[in-house]
Amino acid sequence: MSLIKRVAEAQRPAVTFHLNGQPCQALAGDTLLTAILSQQSYLRRNEFSGQPRAGFCLMGACQDCWIKDAQGRSLRACSTLVEAGMSVWTDTQPSTVQPQGAAS
Amino acid sequence: MSHAASLTTLPPVIVGAGPAGIRAAETLVRAGLRPVLIDEAAKGGGQIYRQQPDGFQRPAKALYGFEASRAEAIHASWRALLDQVDYRPHTLVWNSEGDELDLLQVRDQHYDGQPWQQLILATGATDRILPFSGWTLPGVYTLGAAQIALKYQATAIGSRVVFAGTGPLLYLIAYQYAKAGVEVAAVLDSAPFSAKWQASASMLRNPPVFAKGLWYLGWLKARGIRIEYDAHLLAASGEQRLDGVRWRQQGQEHQLDCEGLGFGYALRSETQLADILDCRFAFDELNRAWLPVRDAMGRSSRDGVYLAGDGAGIMGADAAEWAGELAALAVLQDRGMSVDRARIHQLQQQLQRTRQFREALEGAFPFPEQWAHEVADDVVLCRCENVTVGEVRALIGELSLQDMNRLKAHSRVGMGRCQGRMCGLAATELLAIGSGQSVADAGRLRAQAPVKPLPYAITPTVQQWSPSLSVAEEAEHD
Ligand SMILES: Cc1cc2nc3c(=O)[nH]c(=O)nc-3n(C[C@H](O)[C@H](O)[C@H](O)COP(=O)(O)OP(=O)(O)OC[C@H]3O[C@@H](n4cnc5c(N)ncnc54)[C@H](O)[C@@H]3O)c2cc1C
Ligand code: FES
Repeated sequence: MSLIKRVAEAQRPAVTFHLNGQPCQALAGDTLLTAILSQQSYLRRNEFSGQPRAGFCLMGACQDCWIKDAQGRSLRACSTLVEAGMSVWTDTQPSTVQPQGAAS
Repeated sequence: MSHAASLTTLPPVIVGAGPAGIRAAETLVRAGLRPVLIDEAAKGGGQIYRQQPDGFQRPAKALYGFEASRAEAIHASWRALLDQVDYRPHTLVWNSEGDELDLLQVRDQHYDGQPWQQLILATGATDRILPFSGWTLPGVYTLGAAQIALKYQATAIGSRVVFAGTGPLLYLIAYQYAKAGVEVAAVLDSAPFSAKWQASASMLRNPPVFAKGLWYLGWLKARGIRIEYDAHLLAASGEQRLDGVRWRQQGQEHQLDCEGLGFGYALRSETQLADILDCRFAFDELNRAWLPVRDAMGRSSRDGVYLAGDGAGIMGADAAEWAGELAALAVLQDRGMSVDRARIHQLQQQLQRTRQFREALEGAFPFPEQWAHEVADDVVLCRCENVTVGEVRALIGELSLQDMNRLKAHSRVGMGRCQGRMCGLAATELLAIGSGQSVADAGRLRAQAPVKPLPYAITPTVQQWSPSLSVAEEAEHD
């Protein structure tokens, strides 16, 4: 169930993206945070507690909204706009999709 | 703080395109310069005048209320600047080495360097946070976040929401949500009503601002929205997401069901870049924080570095505009260019008056000093690394810790992805009490590059790139 609620600006064109492998609809101009939290109630899990997180500051300060795309790239959901065809994961990706190599 | 006018050939560089940065850029352009204007955001306006993405249609009045005309003026200035400055949107300044800033172009994920001789930091602020039980649950956000959801995305953090904490944004955001048709179940102000009453006399010195505050309060009351004073957050409840909030008020516990909770205790300055640039800091009682020192023109202690806006102490958006213009005038003076002295005098007087008003505001929305005494041991203090209040208290006692950076080294508080933006202030309060010192003596977290985590999977063009903290490293530990 969605966490956030839309209150206006519903006239924008729809954008299809993939969330955990499933096609989903967002609106053009949505951040990834908006796009995902209008589908489900969390964005990621904390590495230490395993508990769900859904962002906190929405302004690029808390860093609690990083998610991954299908290429294994990290994206900050509150400050990245959704684009048609994007594929993002809030749960662990299937192992067939290899994240890109380490930072070294 | 006399800044030598020696051989300045490079254009001035401004970090931050909020009210302070935009007014600074405009002043430099008017004097015939072409400054570099860098901001992490896609569009100019900063926090208060944040612009919605392309394709949204709400008019300025709906987004900015009383501030609509000021917002439109800032946006118009920003648009006019676009081809008169070297504008770098989507660009994070993540470090400074020698006389070069390290940049990350966030969208293309590509690295760059920006040499500078004169640098205006107008980096703004974030919410001041004090943790409580359950604050990491989905559905719990900062007050600023609640406002950004509405202003920037036309969304609400839930259909039935509670706002808590203190500061002028508390009532403003409650009003904005109610006006947008969202059910505001309660406003929980941590300050007692008497604080507002006592402060109101001195706030009358600034009638327009005072009147706005009263107006929001009156509007909320007229619509029967519940407002509680001296109300202190105890817990956000829920398993996988927020379903209610508990608070304490004069020894009694109260509870309400809600889907969204926005909280915060006014704002804190973004000072990391000033710190990395070795600007001198001093403790500021009004902000209860260590801040980079600036003279009446905005010059920092470091030659060529200037400070403007909320990034060097919280003074609000109008003061940010004046301080931005003033810092730009200092830049011009230090280049040996002529400046309008009458204008400087006028700007300094306006800033002086705002400072007095800020003192009254602090009286109306006092920082809840008892937080560090009362917060429970099992509350998560650091939401990045999941460190609890109890763990931190124990370390302070066992190791007789006195200094924030030693506390960081032992507890990892401030070492996580947010670099202490969310927990640093609360940790300082705990350390002060645990070590029997003042908050000033407990010290401050030293900033480290990168000031925000850098995504990996990108090829740095900067030499000797060695991030001390990156999302990549954490990903390896997943
Ligand atoms: C979330 C939020 C909401 C607010 N809402 C209101 C309101 O409704 N009414 C009100 O009166 N006041 C409000 N305030 C206070 C008000 O925002 C400030 O007083 C005002 O915006 C300060 O202007 P500024 O130019 O100093 O900073 P800001 O407006 O914060 O602008 C700073 C800019 O610097 C950029 N920046 C910072 N660091 C870097 C970096 N390292 N690299 C690149 N860019 C960087 C940021 O992206 C930002 O655009 C709000 C504050 C916050 C935090
Ligand atoms: S929600 Fe805080 S950085 Fe994205």
